[in-house]
Amino acid sequence: MQVRPEGLYCVPADAYIDPLRPVERAIITHGHADHARPGHGQVYATPATLDIMAARYGEGHARETHALPYGEKTELRECTLWLAPAGHILGSAQAVLEYGGTRLIAAGDYKRATDATCEPFQVVPCDVFITEATFALPVFSHPPLATAVQEYLDTVRQLPDRCHLMGVYALGKCQRILMALKEAGYPHPVYLHGALIALCELYEKHGLDLGEWAPVKDVPVEELRGKIVLAPPSALADRWSRKLPDVMTAMASGWMQIRARARQRRAEIPLVVSDHADWGELLQTIDDIQPGEVWVTHGREEALVHELSKQGVRAKALSLLGYEDEDAD
Amino acid sequence: MQRFARLLDQLYFTSGTKAKTQLLLNYLREAPDPDRGWAIAALSGDLRFDLFKRPLIKELITERVDPFLFDLSYDYVGELSETVAHLWPSPDANSRPEDQKLPPLHEIVEGFRESTRAQTRERLSHLLDIMTPNQRWALLKLGTRGLRIGISERFLKKVLAEFGGVPVEAVERVWHGVEAPYPELLAWLDGEGPEPDVSDQVVFHPVMLSHPLDDKALEEIEGESWQAEWKLDGIRVQWVSQDSGCALFSRTGEDISHSFPDLSEALHPNDAVLDGELLVMHEGEPGSFNELQQRLNKKKPARALMRRLPVGICIYDALRLGSDDLTGLPLSVRRQRLSEWFKGNVEDSVQGHRLTLSPLLTFDDAASLKALREQAPQAGPYIEGLMLKRKDSLYVPGRPKGQWYKWKRDPRLIDAVMMYAQRGHGKRSSYYSDYTFGLWQDDRLLPVGKAYSGFTDEELKKLDRWVRNNSMGRFGPVREVEKALVLEVAFDAVQSSSRHKSGLALRFPRINRIRWDKPADEADQLSTLAAMLPAET
Repeated sequence: MQVRPEGLYCVPADAYIDPLRPVERAIITHGHADHARPGHGQVYATPATLDIMAARYGEGHARETHALPYGEKTELRECTLWLAPAGHILGSAQAVLEYGGTRLIAAGDYKRATDATCEPFQVVPCDVFITEATFALPVFSHPPLATAVQEYLDTVRQLPDRCHLMGVYALGKCQRILMALKEAGYPHPVYLHGALIALCELYEKHGLDLGEWAPVKDVPVEELRGKIVLAPPSALADRWSRKLPDVMTAMASGWMQIRARARQRRAEIPLVVSDHADWGELLQTIDDIQPGEVWVTHGREEALVHELSKQGVRAKALSLLGYEDEDAD
Repeated sequence: MQRFARLLDQLYFTSGTKAKTQLLLNYLREAPDPDRGWAIAALSGDLRFDLFKRPLIKELITERVDPFLFDLSYDYVGELSETVAHLWPSPDANSRPEDQKLPPLHEIVEGFRESTRAQTRERLSHLLDIMTPNQRWALLKLGTRGLRIGISERFLKKVLAEFGGVPVEAVERVWHGVEAPYPELLAWLDGEGPEPDVSDQVVFHPVMLSHPLDDKALEEIEGESWQAEWKLDGIRVQWVSQDSGCALFSRTGEDISHSFPDLSEALHPNDAVLDGELLVMHEGEPGSFNELQQRLNKKKPARALMRRLPVGICIYDALRLGSDDLTGLPLSVRRQRLSEWFKGNVEDSVQGHRLTLSPLLTFDDAASLKALREQAPQAGPYIEGLMLKRKDSLYVPGRPKGQWYKWKRDPRLIDAVMMYAQRGHGKRSSYYSDYTFGLWQDDRLLPVGKAYSGFTDEELKKLDRWVRNNSMGRFGPVREVEKALVLEVAFDAVQSSSRHKSGLALRFPRINRIRWDKPADEADQLSTLAAMLPAET
């Protein structure tokens, strides 16, 4: 493996994993924009990830696409490649690369907490485990989603005259929140900003029931009091949100655990909801897999490498640049 | 304590004064005494003692958490209380006895106040053990008096006034004469007691502040109805002296007498409330702000320091002389009375050393005023510009419009190169917002200062991204960056300094412009800055 300006490169497979620039052959772990970019020659990814890329960039985002359902093997030059569920968002995968009796896993972004919108993370034993480190500090401990959503619904009930606007990332977070609201028995339709609709429909096409929702523009604004409206984070402070009546702003993200981050977003209700592993999950995962060696890609790699080394696990930082701290779509 | 922690959380995340007022009014109506009083003290910044110190918090957390991981976490979160709130290990739920309920706020405050060192340690770890992360945050902020949740003392006084249905001036009048947890104040506001009597107390009187001068205001100013003085580079103070005692207050009403015993000793009780500038005074000649800084925030200043850097007050106004309240009189009259009083009451040994009168400058119109302002740098390095006050202005606390103006002299500018960047704290946590910059000496850059203001939020984001994309190394929270970005830095003055390798230090440096366009090798030389040093006095 090599770290090149284009991204992480696997020599015997002659392929890049989640490259930052257009390359001849790319393995894409999931559909977030900092991992899945358009303009590659050949793309290897799960069918759902390819659908997401097509929805965002058009069918012609790559010259050639290879849909690999979870567990199905394919040969890439001297390597065998297969994809295992990563539990991050719909279609997210760990890239499992086998070469000369050695197995290496590039896990992409992943989490262990339950998520009804995607397959759970699969523990695959390996020699080298390449992990993200987005939330790799012991201050990060994400509460269960159901608890966060229940508390939020309590607030919504207590303030029936306010319009409850929540910032959610369009891919993954939005759908996960919709399903959690449905599970919690929220009795009204959830209203969606236009920019969220296409990906929700895509999730539904993949057989996920997101509950009852409607485009916000179809409803008279006064009816939005006491209701929940979802919008991309960029729309929270935008002109768009000013037409809503007496808005109470929430933001759903793993960063909301840090007060200053919540305030930077002008969130009055911070909802700690993350699609990444927190500190405990990262350590748990590496303990479950027991890899010979751990390589850390992006995030707080210093802390994770330090803790693993202390535990006697061989670990090093790859210090890849160019990936966002959180799926900033 | 639960209620107080919840209040802090809500206040922290709520924007808009209306909503904050509502939260505070609800708290004042519902919370019991003396919790209410301690909450007011904590929120207004009037809690006068630390419950515990920051080093103790650090000590306790590093006993429980890997120090390296603590450092990384602290650097990332950007704030000690929150870092510890999240990092503190929760004891197992089943090993926690049922009866460990959180004590009420007043028990916590009073408990710490009466504790020995060992008990403080014990008490703090026990409380952190039984608290949720949000409650821990509230306790740590309370205990170190670091509550920054967008509540000013002034705002809180307004809320108290609204709560009690009295004018805010009435609350201000008594505020400095009552002490936490304010039983008389709250009884009065509840309508169950008389207004607290503070007549024999040495209290701070809210000060009158100025606006920066704009071009429109400048046109109206002429020597007939306006008074001009030098704007001095010290700190604004209020000297209060009466039969029952005397005190020196900062402009925010903080009692800073303990830092300046030399001043209190030299000034005999003179029954007055004076408004002026605190300066280092060498035989009547004001010293630099740099010197004054060495005297600030000293709990018990050493004798030698006080001899080397004696302080005095340059008086420019009087709020009370003898038993006469002057605040309702025009400035011209106040000034007249002040001069007479100064001649008759201030001993010769003190005049010029410990007390001086701010000299009045003569001018006719805007043009001669401009000329005066340009002379300012020559008049002395301790002069920042001009103060312009309407002669008929009454002494009105706050910042009334159109009465007083400050007109600082133009800032100096240099083009410097960014060398290091550090993450900010508080609102800017996780952004690289503090920049060390340097100037060229031959082909080497020498750091000359650090700036963390002067740019917009948008520019901050761009700078942060530039730092991340151009970093060459990391030293804890500091990143070394490519020497490629030119910052136009504005500053008020340059002084020689033995603390910096360059031998120079800037007064109030801030980013004036970001010169994305300018090549780094065209930035200024160190010698350019050295040439701006004031002539040796």
